[in-house]
Amino acid sequence: MTNMKKPSFNDTMLILVFAAAILAMPLWLDPFGGNYPDLLQKFAIYGIFAIGFNILFGLTGYLSFGHAAFLGVGSYAAVWSFKLLTMNAIPAVIFGVLFAGLLAAIIGFLSLRRTGIYFSILTLAFAQMSYNLAYSVLTPITNGETGLQLARSDPRILDKLFSDGPASAGLPSTELFGETMSGYPGFYFCAVLLIIGFYISLRIFRSPFGLMLKGIKSNQNRMKYTGLNTRPYMLTAFIISGMYAGLAGSLLAVTDPLAGAERMQWTASGEVVLMTILGGAGTLVGPMLGAGLIKYFENIFSSFDDSVLQQAFSFLPDSVLEIVVPVVGLFVGSGWHLTLGLLFMIIVIFLPGGLVEGFRRIFNYFTSGGGKAETQSVEAHNQAGE
Amino acid sequence: MGDLVLHLDNINKSFGGLSALSDVNLHVEEGTTHAIIGPNGAGKSTLLNVCIGRLKPDTGKVTFAGEVLTGREPHEITQLGVARVFQTPEIFQEMTLLENVMIPAFSHRDGAFRLNANKLLSKQGEIRDEAEHILEDVGLKDMMLTEAGSLSRGDKRRLELGMCLILRPRLLLLDEPTAGMARHDTNQTIELLKKIKSRGMTKVIIEHDMHVVFSLADKVSVLARGQIIAGGDPQSVREDPKVKEAYLGGAH
Amino acid sequence: MDAIFIQILNGLDKGAAYALIALGLTLVFGTLGIVNFAHGALFMLGAFCAVTFQKIITISVKVRDEGVTAFVAYKEQPYLETWFGDTGRIIIDYSVPLSIILAIPLMLLVGYVMERGLIKHFYKRPHAEQILVTFGLAIVIQEIIKAYFGANPIPQAAPEILAGSANVGSWVGLGDNLVYPWWRLIYLCFSGIVIFAVFAFLQFTTYGMVVRAGMRDRETVGLLGINIERRFTVVFAIAAIVAGVAGVMYTPILPPDYHLGMEFLVLSFVVVVVGGMGSLGGAVLAGFLLGIVQSFASMNEVKDIFPGIDQIILYLVAVVILLVLPRGLMGRAGVMDD
Repeated sequence: MTNMKKPSFNDTMLILVFAAAILAMPLWLDPFGGNYPDLLQKFAIYGIFAIGFNILFGLTGYLSFGHAAFLGVGSYAAVWSFKLLTMNAIPAVIFGVLFAGLLAAIIGFLSLRRTGIYFSILTLAFAQMSYNLAYSVLTPITNGETGLQLARSDPRILDKLFSDGPASAGLPSTELFGETMSGYPGFYFCAVLLIIGFYISLRIFRSPFGLMLKGIKSNQNRMKYTGLNTRPYMLTAFIISGMYAGLAGSLLAVTDPLAGAERMQWTASGEVVLMTILGGAGTLVGPMLGAGLIKYFENIFSSFDDSVLQQAFSFLPDSVLEIVVPVVGLFVGSGWHLTLGLLFMIIVIFLPGGLVEGFRRIFNYFTSGGGKAETQSVEAHNQAGE
Repeated sequence: MGDLVLHLDNINKSFGGLSALSDVNLHVEEGTTHAIIGPNGAGKSTLLNVCIGRLKPDTGKVTFAGEVLTGREPHEITQLGVARVFQTPEIFQEMTLLENVMIPAFSHRDGAFRLNANKLLSKQGEIRDEAEHILEDVGLKDMMLTEAGSLSRGDKRRLELGMCLILRPRLLLLDEPTAGMARHDTNQTIELLKKIKSRGMTKVIIEHDMHVVFSLADKVSVLARGQIIAGGDPQSVREDPKVKEAYLGGAH
Repeated sequence: MDAIFIQILNGLDKGAAYALIALGLTLVFGTLGIVNFAHGALFMLGAFCAVTFQKIITISVKVRDEGVTAFVAYKEQPYLETWFGDTGRIIIDYSVPLSIILAIPLMLLVGYVMERGLIKHFYKRPHAEQILVTFGLAIVIQEIIKAYFGANPIPQAAPEILAGSANVGSWVGLGDNLVYPWWRLIYLCFSGIVIFAVFAFLQFTTYGMVVRAGMRDRETVGLLGINIERRFTVVFAIAAIVAGVAGVMYTPILPPDYHLGMEFLVLSFVVVVVGGMGSLGGAVLAGFLLGIVQSFASMNEVKDIFPGIDQIILYLVAVVILLVLPRGLMGRAGVMDD
């Protein structure tokens, strides 16, 4: 944080490495069995969600338990854009971000009157209200339990304006100027937005605005006595963070055009908190790591079942196998949440700084005892990772 | 001596029936150092909290340079040019000294909300120079990249003073700036406060170390049991029999 | 009038459950300074104590069904019935209230292990970390229960004698058609007794006095040379037992499933915060208040005017109270202000 003049060399490197790593994910995730488009899209989308959440939680320390509401609104707005205007992804994303930002402005304006756990409960209450309303009264907009889906009879005004050919059979698919937004193109679309999102978050972290937010986290009382009105700073951070969530939500709809209320439930809010903490709240790359790891485990672990396990442990004698398979089976398949809960406890207990903190410790462990030059390189690393 | 700049008129404040301040009137001249002394529990900190807007008085009002401070938000009061050093240093523990000082520098410049980061970024050089300068003033420049939480109590106090000075306040309120300090640290702080005396800001100091009071103050007011019982220049207060009684016959 | 009366009664039983969970939550928060997101899981564990107890006492053996004469038929007969005849049958009938006998020591053990094993390491950690670690624990408990008992709700019957409804209306001089299930009435009385017991413990025992002092000023009490840590363990265990027995008794009203705890947790947190963090009276008051409010909002007459109000009313009330009263109904200044 000492080098705040312009994006420094370190930051440029960081963004380049980040971009390269994200775009090359199909390559380096292949050996881990993570190279299929659905999963890659999820990495990118939840990465955006977590990075945005981190702008609020990581910088200001305000723990929102209601970010899922913005995710859901983003999805609904995007699907409506597909239904009413066009199957093009760009307007969908724009509407998703806008509506989420609008909702965040309202919820933030009210919730930010309180701090600490009162703030958390307020955001939780607002999100649960959105969720319950989406299920009940707002059914005309959300299509209730079934979820909002595309239909052949949708107006799609803009699409009809530009093509007069007869509507093709079946549902149209989302696209970006002719390119279908499923599979790898969909991933690359999300990845580009993730990189942009990461860049913006980096700039926020390094800006005076970010510094002020860190000040609020560190000592809000002193912050007020420096003459700063903290409210607009907090509200801006909240809205930006909500817009990231809206972007993530709209991308969920872009890659799979349906939206359901369960996206707004508080468990979804809890998930993004987990991701951020797991990776390391307040660090730049942590939330992305956390999001990737959780989504990876979710996909890999939940796909295991007893027959897969039988095969995996087939080298064991039968008597041992009979014990091992059910025990391991508790942790995988539908029981993968158990693994998640345990992982989560372990991280909070032993590594409150998250994975980034862990890497830092390992890095310091291997470089400690060296000369001054090495200490400096640790500092440089810290800056890059922060 | 200059004009009267800070007025406390008929301040009353009680906590659940217990009167902490009763009918306090205090007027401070511009550019002077005004000390408020008194035995423990006399209401000194309450008085300061009323000044800075942390507590709302039951009756009465506080005026500074023609502006009513009573009922305003802390950040508004600070923007009017009132800065405060707390009894336990309020600093940004997890940040470097440089950041600690740069944050108020930004606030001072942009107390009103602006998100125009790029424009500010170009000013960072300037703000950083200013911050380093202030750190030099308070004697902490060689430690500017260390974390504030690791400082000694005396250094934390100095840092907090620096954070207030960078706001270029017209009125500086100090709540026992040498409480809990060793003699050596106390003398250093006195020197520092003397050094900034030349900057023409008005200072109100709460203190019960007489050594500090008589080294710094131009005027002294004595607060006992929530009332001002004496006031004037240090010499006359020292000889006032009422003061002796309050200190010797009172709480001590 | 009848309608209003019955809605109040309906609200009270749900409110009683909220109040009991919130009571433990706020007790733990007030004394230990811990925000326990696993508290709902304790409620759920209590409910599953009832399920387990019932399973144990109805372990059955296959016997000849004498009722069928046309051919040789078999039926399952619990050992208890085989051994003790009608007494056994009565024990099985009363399995829910009797399972409190199992729940109390079990919850005591769970509370003790949880506090000693995990919570005590988090006294000095930030609230956010406490929330996260207990949240993780809640997931773990929930998943273990799911693995053993499956994902479906398991209905528990109230004792047969209490299966019907009480004619509450005639008692208070209102219409005869005003009925209220016996078991809910029992639940109300039961929660009243538990709440009273907790308050009495805090008010009239020296042990409780220290705990109350700890709620006001933990550090000073610690400085007095009182072994505050041991008392913390006891307080946590009490909170666990209260949540547990509340869960046991609630099973006939709502068949327990593994995520019962989470549902109640979110609402109980709203209750605690509305009551004011650290205020026991506030928690109880807010619990009953929100229960009644919710019950009124689900009346058709109200729903016609404000569609969907029943879905959001609790949160709406919580939001309004928090915005108008920054520390909830009865919260003290200085608690959780950071």
